[in-house]
Amino acid sequence: MIAVVDYGVGNLYSLTGSLKYLGLETVVTSSPDDLERADKIILPGVGAFGDAARKLRESGVTDALYKQVALKKPLLGICLGMQLLFEGSTEYGYTEGLSLIPGTVREIPQDKIAPLKVPHMGWNSLVFKAESPVFKYVSEGERVYYVHSYYAADCAQYVTATSQYGMEITGAVQKDNVFGTQFHPEKSGDTGLRILKAFAEL
Amino acid sequence: MIAKRIIPCLDIRDGRVVKGRNFEGVRDVDSPVALAEFYNREGADELVFYDITASFEGRKLFTDVLKEVAGKIFIPLTVGGGINGVEDFERVLNSGADKVSVNSGAIKNPDLIGAAAKKYGNQCVVLSMDVKRVNGSYIIFARGGRDNTGIEATEWARRGQEEGAGELVVNSIDTDGVKDGFDLEMLDAICKKVSIPVIASGGAGSIDHFINLFKTVPGVDAGLAASVFHYKTVSIGKLKHNLDASGICVRI
Repeated sequence: MIAVVDYGVGNLYSLTGSLKYLGLETVVTSSPDDLERADKIILPGVGAFGDAARKLRESGVTDALYKQVALKKPLLGICLGMQLLFEGSTEYGYTEGLSLIPGTVREIPQDKIAPLKVPHMGWNSLVFKAESPVFKYVSEGERVYYVHSYYAADCAQYVTATSQYGMEITGAVQKDNVFGTQFHPEKSGDTGLRILKAFAEL
Repeated sequence: MIAKRIIPCLDIRDGRVVKGRNFEGVRDVDSPVALAEFYNREGADELVFYDITASFEGRKLFTDVLKEVAGKIFIPLTVGGGINGVEDFERVLNSGADKVSVNSGAIKNPDLIGAAAKKYGNQCVVLSMDVKRVNGSYIIFARGGRDNTGIEATEWARRGQEEGAGELVVNSIDTDGVKDGFDLEMLDAICKKVSIPVIASGGAGSIDHFINLFKTVPGVDAGLAASVFHYKTVSIGKLKHNLDASGICVRI
């Protein structure tokens, strides 16, 4: 069973739909008991970092997440959910994250990537940086769907894939049993479904 | 590198796909779910569903279609039509939409863009605009192209971005349905005013029109069309291969 953490942020329709499409038993929950029972945990998220970090703390699920990660249960953060895995973000001041992976989330520098636009929105190709089991069924160069204005920085040793967007954008990360994708596998067509399938098989 | 996107648009009335010509004389084409699956297989990068129903029953049929599509097709879905308040965002987002396109609703109440962006994030709010030339100026028209608002289009685009829109759909009433190519001059004028993604709409009639669009106006991020895809005048698969062969970055 896969637990999708529900902390009042974002639209879980496609994520639960894609897991269901893959035939995976899914529970949308903020209950520590459900996280305990699940084999894998997905932390979704869209919107602003500070707001999401606060809602995650208020949901009372943070301690349960730490506990399950310490027990080596696979955790996958998606988009803002991936960003929350890091130490903090500079979005509207500075907000602390979960610190499960060393690194900081920073704004994509518009002046550095011009004439490209912020947000980084659309289909970009994956460049592999390190082996990761979530890419078991995916080839380098396949395209995935991104929508974001902030990116994970200072985390080079945990980056498993990037995409080029006037600069190198962190696409996917892994530290032991903690995984993250900046892109949306649940919106990345067949490629995305294969990434979710590989995560489910861990 | 980021790919230029190809987006088919499905106008839905009472749960069925329709397509007008210059916004008049709509014709039934196909089942929206079957058409969406077909486009997904062909390589569409996103889908736009436009609800042109006015009745309550029709709106219910629309959300049923949306839910069915969102449970089968895992690419971004944008929904527009009848979006007049934050509660309309809620309704379609809960039925599987990823982005919500607002047009006349934002003209009536520009604060809607900011209110929705604050609640759901800028990435969720698409400002769609129908533009027509009037005495040499680009003017925004409301209510499906019927009402001249007197608002200058490049200024409206800039304001939309400032209010919090994450993307613009720019439709040319002058070229819509004519199939003689996109309105390159107008699109270029809009692109110069904003730094958010711009989706070009109105006028696609052939593969060359898309190639010309992306080559002539590099600021355009995506091309949107309806009837050329519905009537299979242009196949999305073939279009993307031809774009790729012309040196335009696309997802294949």
